Amino acid sequence: MARRVFITGFGIISAIGNGVEETLASLTERKSGIGQVSFLKTSLSCFPVAEIRTDSDGLARLAGIPLSPVHSRTFLLGLIAAREAVRMSGCEGLCSSMGMIGSTTVAGIDQSDRYYRNLLCGEATHKDKIPSFECADSTELIADFFGITHHVTTISTACSSSANAIMNGARMIKCGVADRMLVGGSDSLSRFSMNGFNALEILSPTGCRPFDNDRNGITPGEGAAFLVLEAEEMVGSRTVYGEVSGYSNCNEAFHQTASLPDGTGAFLSISKALQSASIEASEIDYVNAHGTGTKVNDLSEGRALKTVFGKEMPLFSSTKGYTGHPFAAAGAMEAVFSLLSINHGLVFPNLAFETKMEEVDVVPVTQLCRRPIRRVLSNSFGFGGTDTTLIFSKV
Amino acid sequence: MQAYINSIGIISPQLTFDGSFLSAPIVHVESQFLMCEEPVYKEFINPVQLRRMSRILKMGLGASSICMDARSDVRPDAIVVGTGLACVSDLEKFLLSIDDNQEKMLSPIPFINSSHNTVGAQIAMMRKLTGYNMTYCHRSFSFESALLDALMLIAEGGVSNTLVGGIDEHTEGFFKIFNLLDFWRKKSVDNLSLFEGSHLGTICGEGAAFFFLEKNRQDGTLAKITDVQTFLKECDASDVKGEMDAFLGRNGLTEVDVDMFVLGRNGDSFGDGIYLDLERLLPESCGIAYYKHLCGEYMTSTSFALWLAAQMLHTQKMPDVIIKNPVSGRQLRRILIYNHHRRKEHSLILVENADL
Repeated sequence: MARRVFITGFGIISAIGNGVEETLASLTERKSGIGQVSFLKTSLSCFPVAEIRTDSDGLARLAGIPLSPVHSRTFLLGLIAAREAVRMSGCEGLCSSMGMIGSTTVAGIDQSDRYYRNLLCGEATHKDKIPSFECADSTELIADFFGITHHVTTISTACSSSANAIMNGARMIKCGVADRMLVGGSDSLSRFSMNGFNALEILSPTGCRPFDNDRNGITPGEGAAFLVLEAEEMVGSRTVYGEVSGYSNCNEAFHQTASLPDGTGAFLSISKALQSASIEASEIDYVNAHGTGTKVNDLSEGRALKTVFGKEMPLFSSTKGYTGHPFAAAGAMEAVFSLLSINHGLVFPNLAFETKMEEVDVVPVTQLCRRPIRRVLSNSFGFGGTDTTLIFSKV
Repeated sequence: MQAYINSIGIISPQLTFDGSFLSAPIVHVESQFLMCEEPVYKEFINPVQLRRMSRILKMGLGASSICMDARSDVRPDAIVVGTGLACVSDLEKFLLSIDDNQEKMLSPIPFINSSHNTVGAQIAMMRKLTGYNMTYCHRSFSFESALLDALMLIAEGGVSNTLVGGIDEHTEGFFKIFNLLDFWRKKSVDNLSLFEGSHLGTICGEGAAFFFLEKNRQDGTLAKITDVQTFLKECDASDVKGEMDAFLGRNGLTEVDVDMFVLGRNGDSFGDGIYLDLERLLPESCGIAYYKHLCGEYMTSTSFALWLAAQMLHTQKMPDVIIKNPVSGRQLRRILIYNHHRRKEHSLILVENADL
């Protein structure tokens, strides 16, 4: 059970760039991806979003495949990130020994938004789009692309989905079930989630301001990120970018959409992750917070951080000011940011922060910091009271 | 990796919620779909909350309650749910409401409940269970992925038990949409004659089955799960047989060690060939059983098959209604469940007598 899980590749696409290089440049240059909606057709255009400004044709080109009408945006984003991850890992020839856990909350929502009603009325013209409505679709198309046949599955636990995909890919390697896993998630911006969060009255009219006293909601985002995880002995001479050294998942058993106001859910998740990594809180150099910018999340997460770290608060920030909230993809995207932090000795600023929250004394990093980073803790919380914490370490 | 099945709660198109094992008359209908025989939910769920719940949530809370109440001295350390389509009725309701109301004044309730992890989350909330909570949504791998996760959790040692479930509901929308892909029979069919003749499409089904898996054996232990495997490829019966032999091999077994094969044949000429060809590749003396004429086809139907297997191993009874080839003159010790979905997603679950 003591098998170590190394990260040998990662890939990302979000509103701040296609690929690791563009992403790193945006993060260091404070270039936020939040702006006016341009490709998604919605009457909620008064709310800023973090959109990838490319249509399906463009995404198919970036993915390096011919565009097919059955391909959802969620799949195309996923394939772009997965290809980068596999290429970076040097595992192209080893995919038959790889498993895969994908994740999504809305599956091929661009397709279901467009075609569901007609299909329901028995209009069969677009029946080839039906499989894309299922969460499995994007994962299977990516698995087929690489020739991955065993241990293929999809997790859907709201906004902790891809963090759970990473955790469970790592667990499968540790248990000896698999040697090599492609893990991550993908979600596309949709009227479905825009309207859902609007109905809940938590869309930010200004762009999200995580951990600020005057924060006013989330900014929906989109994108995908994937990681290649490998058992230590499988890596050989290929480059290792970090280790999945701790993880935990728990449930708040409190409310379908709200987190426990005192932060005990997040506290439990963070504490269990530290335990699983066998490290003390003081050994964490940077926390990439969930920090969505809602009143409820940031207060409870802030309180949890305060309880865990006390006076010795490590540098922390939410990167949602860059990417918005990409829902299922959030955990995997933030895993990529955590790995960039470890590999480049950088801590990325929490954009749009001005005033400390009244209720709890926590202040995120607001300027780019350069310093050696050995361990990053990353939180992902979601609907249904799901809390996941991952810890990444330098090898 | 292994885990004992110490209790089961199952709501299915048969009378199963009271714990009986096909002792009541078999539900026999002429239809394109089978729907669950449901218990009176207010025995398990607060009636105030009940009114606002979608049917899948009622089925999930009902079946998991039956399962947990049978092991009332132990609380689940973890909850893992597999569901192919999850809360598809709420998802559809919210999706259609967007245009119906021109993106204005929408109720957030169906949006909130459409989250795929709602069943697992609501079980946690109802019983105040703050442990590990996971949901897999991957077509016909959903339940198998949940089972594998549960086996790993128990092997890792962090938990001593896990509540694991497979759940999918029949909805009008889902039926209509997948009808366009020829998933279902075009005419009503007698479910007990599902395997007669050659027809395109099968009978649609649904169900919720929850299993209390534990590291340790108890007095009421039904069976044990030893291994589970999925593979994703378009292939024929001989490829499946190859995968099956490798799967048994890694468990130190060969095909002759399996007393009965429970197969996911569904009476659809699109995919039945794999099962029929596979049967010809299996030893003549082995038992063969089918189950989808009792529960219909749905993404997590293997959870119904697992219930059947556990009951057969526990009671040593093999109801005629499911038997294609009987097992004669020997004890039923080991069952292998094989299922495929659209010839592409294949899964194997190995279930053994608890004494082995």
